[in-house]
Amino acid sequence: MYKILLKQDLVPSIHLFEVAAPAVAKKARAGQFVMVRIDQKGERIPLTIADFDQKEGSVTIVFMEVGTTTARLALMEAGEAIADFVGPLGLPAEIKKFGTVACVAGGVGVALITPIARELKQAGNKIVSILGARSQDLLFWEKELGAFSDRLIVTTDDGSYGRKGVVTEPLKELLESGEKVDRVIAIGPVVMMKFCSLTTQPFGVKTIVSLNPIMVDGTGMCGCCRVSVGGETRFACVDGPDFDGHEVDWDLLLARQTIYLDEEKCSFEQWQKSHSS
Amino acid sequence: MAKLNLNRVPMPRQDPKKRAKNFDEVALGYSLKQAKEEASRCIQCPKRNCVAGCPVDVDIPEFIKAIGEGDMPEAVRVLKNKNSLPGICGRVCPQETQCEATCSLAKKDAPIAIGRLERFVADWERANAGAARPVDPPKPKGKRVAVVGSGPAGLTAAADLAKLGHSVTLFEALHVAGGVLMYGIPEFRLPKEIVQAEVDYVVSLGVKLELDAVVGKLATVDELLNDGYQAVFLGTGAGAPMFMNIPGENLNGIYSANEFLTRVNLMKAYRFPEYDTPVKLGKRVVVIGGGNVAMDSARCALRLGADKVYIVYRRSEKEMPARREEVENAMEEGIEFKLLTNPKQMLGDEKNWVVGIECYEMKLGEPDDSGRRRPIVKEGSEFTIDVDMVVEALGTRPNPLVSSTTEGLETTRWGTLVADEETGKTVKDRVWAGGDIVTGAATVISAMGAGKRAAADIDRFLRR
Repeated sequence: MYKILLKQDLVPSIHLFEVAAPAVAKKARAGQFVMVRIDQKGERIPLTIADFDQKEGSVTIVFMEVGTTTARLALMEAGEAIADFVGPLGLPAEIKKFGTVACVAGGVGVALITPIARELKQAGNKIVSILGARSQDLLFWEKELGAFSDRLIVTTDDGSYGRKGVVTEPLKELLESGEKVDRVIAIGPVVMMKFCSLTTQPFGVKTIVSLNPIMVDGTGMCGCCRVSVGGETRFACVDGPDFDGHEVDWDLLLARQTIYLDEEKCSFEQWQKSHSS
Repeated sequence: MAKLNLNRVPMPRQDPKKRAKNFDEVALGYSLKQAKEEASRCIQCPKRNCVAGCPVDVDIPEFIKAIGEGDMPEAVRVLKNKNSLPGICGRVCPQETQCEATCSLAKKDAPIAIGRLERFVADWERANAGAARPVDPPKPKGKRVAVVGSGPAGLTAAADLAKLGHSVTLFEALHVAGGVLMYGIPEFRLPKEIVQAEVDYVVSLGVKLELDAVVGKLATVDELLNDGYQAVFLGTGAGAPMFMNIPGENLNGIYSANEFLTRVNLMKAYRFPEYDTPVKLGKRVVVIGGGNVAMDSARCALRLGADKVYIVYRRSEKEMPARREEVENAMEEGIEFKLLTNPKQMLGDEKNWVVGIECYEMKLGEPDDSGRRRPIVKEGSEFTIDVDMVVEALGTRPNPLVSSTTEGLETTRWGTLVADEETGKTVKDRVWAGGDIVTGAATVISAMGAGKRAAADIDRFLRR
């Protein structure tokens, strides 16, 4: 069992847990993920590592309530324990001195890009960050990401904070400005990563995305997370999660995300019923 | 000499119509009376040919004699002396090609039903907990061994090493121990309660079990060796699925057998939404492949409520690698076999869901490297099967997680580890390996045999 040391509600629907997992913390690197199973009847879901502290022996995860498992997780409190917390899985993000890196985060993606921005900054890169959310009440970690950024642009879809619009607009302007951008990292919803990749493609700037398809074991055993990259089938859990966004078959990924929509709805309704009674 | 009795006591089984709708065990097991009757057929021949056919050297005539005499605690003692997982072996070993094939009565087409008797002894022990004679705890030897992977090879190696007095830690990547016995083989063929009971037995021998521990991602093998383990046994299996690499394979509704069976068996998707993990309930399902895993997948799909389940296999029935018994079970339950048929491509709709498989008819040519006749495409024979779900059971290869993070191991071009056949010793100092990681996908009992031989060699090494 893995004890929750700290719980923070970042916004009403997005939560942070610091989980006691010393062995995982010891090996974790930015960009890797863990598989989480709440209890005996729970499913295994992948959650990206948002931070880790070897001294404390803790690993931080940030998740948004989107279905049964994340809704059940959200009800857990510090002091309670999660049955399984397996990791660190997947390959770490590539960290080296590229020059100028644009870190583009959408929604909950800011929690996943922040440790990468930190390591890239430490590696001597200039970091220009673009942080987007639907509205101000879904925005978090502006300060945390800002701490590792030379420049930070914030957008909200509804204009309730920062610049009105989506992240691809300032990204395009940045690329058009003539400032040399050596690499783009985009982490967020699939649609957002797709459009970031489409935005950067004409400029020929390598764009790394972090894919989070449906997984079961997370160790290369089942092939559920297969994605098509550069015309080849790859397993996001062991070959990724980071891939070249210009080579990803986005429509396939979007289609595969919908496989269990009916079941997810059924499971969630059943849980809501049992939970409210 | 008494007259030979050539009437094997048949195994009681659930009715095919009924069992096709439930996940309960198909074979129901002998009663004590049936077991004694079957045991009484054994002529206790001095040649002990059956033992020679057993990869783990079970003293078969002795445990059968004990059953015949009604001394069940003795039968348990004899059996478990060599085999720590008898409830599993009694169910899934291919006895027909091993101990029962070499039985002296096999020449008369009536070998003793050794597997059924083995299962009976194991089930008797579980039902009569504590009745068996306890094994004397061994003297601790002060040596530590890390066993990586808790499938049949790892469980056997861990149990044998613990019985020899070594301090064993068993590392498992998943949240339960058992490997393929838990995630792969379905409940109706191998109830998970039985696997758990045999894992519990291994733990009761003093083995320390570390779940959720992905060796290579957490500690590496080299770190284990530097961290106080004198020896490491790798039993990580062949867990990575193979796909056909044909067009349309990533359509929604197409599973690897690993994914499908893991969802159903390990995650208990057949009890969704009571359990959170879902699985698609296909109405028209094609399973591609002719091995035991294909049979398991087809029979699971049927039990989940499919109207029609096909096995698509590129050779003929004779070349199928699945156990005869499992093919017969599948046929009895109504699975339709499309033999000499091979997929060309998967067809999808505008929402990326699979709706059909275009297949070729095949014919058999000259024997290939495997000794089986090579399947050849009949040009122009394409036809389409309408489906809403496909399971690819094409075999598995080793997961590279451990080999790719360990210095100094030698791998073959199939990704298997090079290890001595007799001892399991790899080319790396203090590292042994056995089971599917060495042989490629094979049987539970051959993995157990490898675990057993490696444990004996590790013990020899540790005593030096």
